[in-house]
Amino acid sequence: MLHFILRRLVLIVPVLFGLTALVFAIARLLPGDPVALAAGPNATPAEIAAYGKEFGLDRPLIVQYGAYLSGLMKGDFGVSIYTRRPVIEDLRAYLPATLELVFAAMFLAIAIGIPAGLAAAAWRDKWPDYLSRVVALGSISMPRFFLGLLLQLLFAMWLGWLPLGGRFPITEDPPALVTGFLTLDALIARDFTAFSIACQHLVMPAIAMSLSPLATIMRMMRASTLEVMQQDYVLTERALGLSSRLIMLKYVSRNAISATLTVIGLYFGWLLGGTVLVETIFDWPGLGLYATKAVVTQDFMPVIGVTLVIGTLFVFANFAVDLLYGVINPKVRTE
Amino acid sequence: MASQTVPPLLDIRDLHLTMKSFDGEAHVLNGIDLTVNRGEIWGLVGETGCGKSLTGLSISRLVSTPPARYARGEIRFEGEDVLKLSESAMQRLRGRHIGMIFQDPTTNLNPSFRIGEQLVDVALAAGRHSPEILGLEARASSSARRMAARALAETMLDKVGIPNAAQRLDDYPHQFSGGMRQRVLIAMALIGRPALLVADEPTTALDVSVQAQVLRLLTGMVQEYAMGVLLITHNLGVVAETCSHVAVMYAGNIVERGPVASVLAAPAHPYTTALLAAIPTRGVKRGDLKGLAGTVPNLIQPPPGCRFAPRCALAGPDCRADVPPMIELGAGHGAACLRVASQTEAA
Ligand SMILES: Nc1ncnc2c1ncn2[C@@H]1O[C@H](COP(=O)(O)OP(=O)(O)OP(=O)(O)O)[C@@H](O)[C@H]1O
Ligand SMILES: [Mg+2]
Repeated sequence: MLHFILRRLVLIVPVLFGLTALVFAIARLLPGDPVALAAGPNATPAEIAAYGKEFGLDRPLIVQYGAYLSGLMKGDFGVSIYTRRPVIEDLRAYLPATLELVFAAMFLAIAIGIPAGLAAAAWRDKWPDYLSRVVALGSISMPRFFLGLLLQLLFAMWLGWLPLGGRFPITEDPPALVTGFLTLDALIARDFTAFSIACQHLVMPAIAMSLSPLATIMRMMRASTLEVMQQDYVLTERALGLSSRLIMLKYVSRNAISATLTVIGLYFGWLLGGTVLVETIFDWPGLGLYATKAVVTQDFMPVIGVTLVIGTLFVFANFAVDLLYGVINPKVRTE
Repeated sequence: MASQTVPPLLDIRDLHLTMKSFDGEAHVLNGIDLTVNRGEIWGLVGETGCGKSLTGLSISRLVSTPPARYARGEIRFEGEDVLKLSESAMQRLRGRHIGMIFQDPTTNLNPSFRIGEQLVDVALAAGRHSPEILGLEARASSSARRMAARALAETMLDKVGIPNAAQRLDDYPHQFSGGMRQRVLIAMALIGRPALLVADEPTTALDVSVQAQVLRLLTGMVQEYAMGVLLITHNLGVVAETCSHVAVMYAGNIVERGPVASVLAAPAHPYTTALLAAIPTRGVKRGDLKGLAGTVPNLIQPPPGCRFAPRCALAGPDCRADVPPMIELGAGHGAACLRVASQTEAA
């Protein structure tokens, strides 16, 4: 098992290195002149050149890349040419919000999708299966922003149960910062008022984000469950007198989940990069909003920083899936 | 009232099974009659596709309906027709009263669970309605049951000849060889002390070198527990060595049955004769019958009368008119063939 982990970790290094080179090259070779844009509409060419020089942009690209890499080693992600703020500070502020949203959405998607997929397979062509099909079709055909708006209309405007948007009202005291996840920090501080406020803000954007992974995980789980149910050992388990409950919930589900894990890992990365719409609708102060603003203004350091962070998380999500796969699949673990 | 006789362990009567397929409904089992008593080991032989596995699976009612349909007949286990039981009553019979072993030990063990865990769950399922299996009172706590089940699992593993049973309980199926896995499956099938064991080609997928060992183990355990056995096989040599009785199937019918000695020494049905003629030659593909032209008939529109008639050298128009009845030849030996009837009448 240790060998397995080490082998995967070693593979991650070249992937991340390749990612930095690729992202840096793309961000810097795009047409357009971000420096001119940042220097303002009335800047003279001389002023623009001076502005670029301030950020070291007059040096050859390869030198800039080297400087960026050595900065990265020290945790320095460069500086925004607009705000002059270090990118790392912005990442620290926005990343936890996005991660909290993505984790909450994945939690919902897994907690509902896995049992629902199992049930759809166990009662194939009966009502649980039809229900799951309708839900899956609905969630795949309904755009996320539209669902977000519907939720806001229903729960915020009409029923008034939940706040329209935002992450935490400035009028309330936030819990002490530990993980950056407001819900977790509130629990750690045993501040249940803050926990409830954080949850109320989190629930609608999380539902809006979870819909499409939920549908996919559910369908994937259904398909892999049906496949596992065809296996010889399931017939043997029935022949040996095990109850169908035990067979489905214990023996079939573990085999079926391992096939679904890959999808879960992929979706995690996909959600990380796809938070923009939901963050916009719910005014959620996350990476998506930050990255969009940076892309529009061609502010390349934040763009590179966000891409690297998401890429790294994506790689580690897949690594975590590999690990979990090893935990579930004894053949991988013991060899 | 006359004294009640104990019903046979297994009594299949006139079992008809059809299978819906793309081309229509196939008459796969066409009136199976078979009686197995405790202590008897019945070999069930016949060419591939003749319905042996479906007969075996039907006893534990493991054939999905649809596509299958039981058109007629009954399968009496200790006097009770399993085809009429509720699913939960059927589940109580499985494992505890009727054990099953299948062909391929690599695919019949769940790869994600330690074999000890699988054995314990089977023992617990059997012990649920019969706590005496675990050596416990009916009111034993669930942790006591679990411990007893674990101890029983170890005993069984030891009994089927797996060295270091206590440690091996914590191993996964892929850590065992094919022969060892089949031993584990035998332990699982017998841990509930079933009265009847259905073994569907339990050695076919094994190395030739371990086939005999596994078969010896199986027959030893069967004798120890005084079980009745239905042993499905392609191999008449296996039948000769291990079985007390044999039933020969052809295209959904049992065409001949009786004590092994008398059937193998004096086969009465032309199909049995052909099967016997095919055994000793090594290198002959299984199901490849020497000196027997033609193939198994189409079961969607089976030939009328005797299903073997199209391939039979002795067949006449009378054979194609009606399904021949089982003719008793004495001592439980019988054959479903009109030629046998005319011979016995002539004698
Ligand atoms: N699920 C199914 N759907 C349709 N037809 C089936 C199904 N299972 C079995 N059959 C058909 O039923 C017939 C009997 O099958 P069965 O598996 O009992 O044969 P068998 O005697 O065990 O053969 P083998 O020696 O190859 O194991 C075959 O003709 C087969 O094609
Ligand atoms: Mg078979």
